[in-house]
Amino acid sequence: MDSIAGDIRSTIFDTLRTSLGKPVELSDQTNIINDLGLDSVAVMDFVMEIEDRLDISVPLDRIAEVETIGDLVATVRDLKGGI
Amino acid sequence: MGLFDKFAPTAALYNQLENAGANPFNVAFEQVLSPTEARIGDRAILLLGTNNYLGLTYDPAVMAKAIEAIELFGTGTTGSRIANGSYDGHIRLERALAGFYGRKHAMVFSTGYQANAGVLSTLAGKNDHLILDADSHASIYDGSHLGHAQVTRFRHNDPDDLAKRLRRLAGMPGDKVVVVEGIYSMLGDTAPLREFVQVKKEWGAYLVVDEAHSLGVLGETGRGLAEAQGVEADVDFIVGTFSKSLGGVGGFCVSDLDGFDILRVTSRPYMFTASLPPSVVAATTEALHQLRTRPALRRQLRDNTGRLYAGLADLGFSLGPEPNPVVSAIMPSPEAAFTFWTRLLEAGLYTNVSLPPATPKGMALLRSSVSAAHTLEQIDHAVDLFAQIGREMGLIAPAQVRAAQ
Repeated sequence: MDSIAGDIRSTIFDTLRTSLGKPVELSDQTNIINDLGLDSVAVMDFVMEIEDRLDISVPLDRIAEVETIGDLVATVRDLKGGI
Repeated sequence: MGLFDKFAPTAALYNQLENAGANPFNVAFEQVLSPTEARIGDRAILLLGTNNYLGLTYDPAVMAKAIEAIELFGTGTTGSRIANGSYDGHIRLERALAGFYGRKHAMVFSTGYQANAGVLSTLAGKNDHLILDADSHASIYDGSHLGHAQVTRFRHNDPDDLAKRLRRLAGMPGDKVVVVEGIYSMLGDTAPLREFVQVKKEWGAYLVVDEAHSLGVLGETGRGLAEAQGVEADVDFIVGTFSKSLGGVGGFCVSDLDGFDILRVTSRPYMFTASLPPSVVAATTEALHQLRTRPALRRQLRDNTGRLYAGLADLGFSLGPEPNPVVSAIMPSPEAAFTFWTRLLEAGLYTNVSLPPATPKGMALLRSSVSAAHTLEQIDHAVDLFAQIGREMGLIAPAQVRAAQ
């Protein structure tokens, strides 16, 4: 794991815990819809928080491909590019 | 595994409502008597959830034009305008819409949904960008997905967030198309269009405004929010529907941009579907005429809206932020929304239930829509029913407590 992915992962964990408002067990394998009970709009709203924190925009088709937190880390890592 | 197993959670909720004998998604009016009254079984129902803003569905002149069109042109066009030809009425309606908005071009679609699908999927191509308000209607999301543009969303009604997203796209090739609505259909709030116009000009983007719920409702002459905020010249495309204030079905797009008509042979939701039947086209054309020549309808709608909004706010309901003809009471839970809705219907008042993900921020809403055709007595009766049932459910304070405040 590179350090940028690690930073992204902790940002995602942190944002998810804040928006869920309760302590949850999170890992790369956590399924965002099935395990966390978010609906499609709640997922997009949560991604918006990540976008703000990391100053990126995640296109909707990329969000649609995301199932697990690990997927989201990879997508965000890709969008951050070489930064 | 059955084909429908994937819908099990939704099916469970749906069946529960069905078994309880009150399913908001399955209401059938056996008779409709007027824009504001219907019957279910032997029960008279006051309609407060039909988006019939100007109450034109039973207007004698509108009905006469529909009947005349059936006699002259038959019941349907049996084909698309591209493959099977336009009728004179389609072209006259497009001219009337262009004239109403003072724009060069107008295009009519078979539904409002298809207008968004047809416009958004075609305006923004493979290397272009669509930037949507987060609370956009499903037809805006679906229309965006139908095309090949990259789609991002910005925070609802937040010009700074839009600017941030346009800044992130600044270095990228392709056109940027921003999409907002006039009145949002869930909470009845309006967009800060003047600020959005500043942002879109600063970043060289195009702006589409969906005036589905604001046509005939806002603006000095009823053209919608862009007129009300004085920014029509900076709105590149206005999309709208015939199925609310105009009392029919169908959608449209108007614009001043040169070359607009190429959409007729490039927009698949326009090309590959049957055109509107002559009766609908004739009724809509007449309804537009009524909208233009009877500003009193808009004033009556304003008065009725103010009365319902103030009445519910005074009772202590949490409502959307502005008094517009969509008046939504925010419920504590979906269960409360269903119960409230059911009890109102049993008492003879029809409203709507709106639930996530169709609603913003996971809200459960009991949604009303006001018509110019409502009498003040009907509005007051509706407020009384909200008061009675709201108190019985413990959602608002008892009468004596509020009176003492």
